[in-house]
Amino acid sequence: MKVPADLKYTESHEWTKAADEGIIVGITDYAQSEMGDIVFADLPQVGAEYKKGESLAVIESVKAVSDIYAPVGGIVIAVNEALIDSPELINDDCYGEGWLIKLSPDTEAELDELLSAEEYEKLLEREG
Amino acid sequence: MAGQKNFPLLMELGAPGRRAYLLPDLDVPSRSLEELIPDQYMRSEPAPLPELSELEVVRHFTGLSRRNHGVDVGFYPLGSCTMKYNPKVNEDLASYPAFASLHPYQPEATVQGALQLMYELEQYLCEIAGLARATLAPAAGAHGELTGLMLIKAYHVSRGEGHRDEIIIPDSAHGTNPASAAMCGYKVVEVASNDRGSVSVDALREVVGPKTAGLMLTNPNTLGLFEEDILTISEMVHEAGGLLYFDGANANAILGKCRPGDMGFDVVHFNLHKTFSTPHGGGGPGSGPIAVREDLVPFLPVPVVEKRQESLDSPGTGENTDEFYLDYDRPLSIGKIKGFYGNFLVMVRAYAYILSMGAEGLKHVSEDAVLAANYLMVKLKSAYDLPYDRICKHEFVLSAKRQKANGVAARDIAKRLLDYGMHAPTVYFPLIVEEALMIEPTETETKATLDEFIEVMLAIAREAEESPEKLQNAPYHTVVGRLDETLAARHPVVRWQGEKDMGAKAQDE
Repeated sequence: MKVPADLKYTESHEWTKAADEGIIVGITDYAQSEMGDIVFADLPQVGAEYKKGESLAVIESVKAVSDIYAPVGGIVIAVNEALIDSPELINDDCYGEGWLIKLSPDTEAELDELLSAEEYEKLLEREG
Repeated sequence: MAGQKNFPLLMELGAPGRRAYLLPDLDVPSRSLEELIPDQYMRSEPAPLPELSELEVVRHFTGLSRRNHGVDVGFYPLGSCTMKYNPKVNEDLASYPAFASLHPYQPEATVQGALQLMYELEQYLCEIAGLARATLAPAAGAHGELTGLMLIKAYHVSRGEGHRDEIIIPDSAHGTNPASAAMCGYKVVEVASNDRGSVSVDALREVVGPKTAGLMLTNPNTLGLFEEDILTISEMVHEAGGLLYFDGANANAILGKCRPGDMGFDVVHFNLHKTFSTPHGGGGPGSGPIAVREDLVPFLPVPVVEKRQESLDSPGTGENTDEFYLDYDRPLSIGKIKGFYGNFLVMVRAYAYILSMGAEGLKHVSEDAVLAANYLMVKLKSAYDLPYDRICKHEFVLSAKRQKANGVAARDIAKRLLDYGMHAPTVYFPLIVEEALMIEPTETETKATLDEFIEVMLAIAREAEESPEKLQNAPYHTVVGRLDETLAARHPVVRWQGEKDMGAKAQDE
């Protein structure tokens, strides 16, 4: 399982990365491999607000439908429109072209609560 | 034909002008379509309909039916769906013209038998549920769920507690539960299961409170396990002012053995099409009656079938006859939730089934369903992981985690079963079990069939160890091989693609 060292993670298998504006949110390699072939991504409206831990997107695979949770509270400033026609990008390149949402976080404090790559790898070992 | 790989669609069969019959000459004056139908409703080009002989149509559908798998063909252990055998006598009765040819607008006096059947079926279901009255109107399970939640909402609003806006649902629940709650305008609050596969009472204590409108629970739950803490759970929810909703998907496990009403459920749902002898799986028609306790009765949807004593035929003789009627005069009712009165012929099957089984027979149904499931579980738990190892009810959930380590997923095991002429179990549900295989044998299978299934499952477990690639590419003996489900879901083709060509062809002629 790929766990890039420069990203921050959640216990519910989302990753985040600081961008020029706000943070980018996606799901981890572990999450996409557990879900199997992804067939649909239901993404939020730009401008919608979410608290940390609220479901902000739904991803459907051939196996199941899964909620994606906000890693931090914030406002949606962009969604990955390419996923509408090509949800497989999440399977093929979950840390790159398969990103989901760009969020403008409410506070810096919640960003500090996210897991480091090392901590997330330990979590995967426990779950595996 | 059943083995034919390329099975043409009706649209691809036939030829222009081919037909099944010739109509006689009109014996009334002929009028043109333009005269009869306003312009805006007329097609600009003819509909591209296939033109076929009767025999072509018969062969087409007979061919399709031979490629199908149903419980009349083979074993069908699809967990949570109760694909049990439905005795043919109930089909016979439902096709009896006195039932099948009724018109919903017939005067009540001419449908007394049908109304009596509905009245008595309601009573039987209430007896099984342990509750006061029921509505037969909901057309399916999820429709029943929505109706039940609307009743819960009406109850709270009538008591000035409309602010209660949360429905608590276990993480093992059917997906329809949160969907119905959201549809009814409720917030869904999930409650975790404990390590025994039941609702965690501690987790429930955390989420139940003054905003709780109700708890939706399936008992036995989707792991096939009886919720042992149900009395504590019901006390907690009731003390907080909430109501308990019973999802009847798994009612086949408890018929006549225990009553949801006695467990504390206030609103109880049944799937007549699962438990009470209507074939299902093809999208209906179904029926999802909802039974309620006494103080929720005023909110039931209209109409309700009622009975009055009448002596119209022989006034003054004192000889009373029962008259059944549809009662619409119910001021607190949530209103109408379905056209007419529900799916009546499904009710006929359920009525016939309940009467032909009798109270003792229904108990045997559940006893045999539970026995069959436990037999399979015990025989299979050495070859597959069993995450919740305790006596089950009518179904149990294995995990293919062990096989997954060798590259064989639950999906592959399901596909391989098809090669042995058996339907696959439910896979990847409930969500709390990794690589879930949910197996429900039902009460109607012989021990010989159960033994055959055990042998097949053990053979597949061996194959998973010795030659995983064999499973990864299964099935081999079905009319079509492994289908690309991912492509079908990502890029579904839901319309016949040649339609435009066909339209042009029709216009040319």
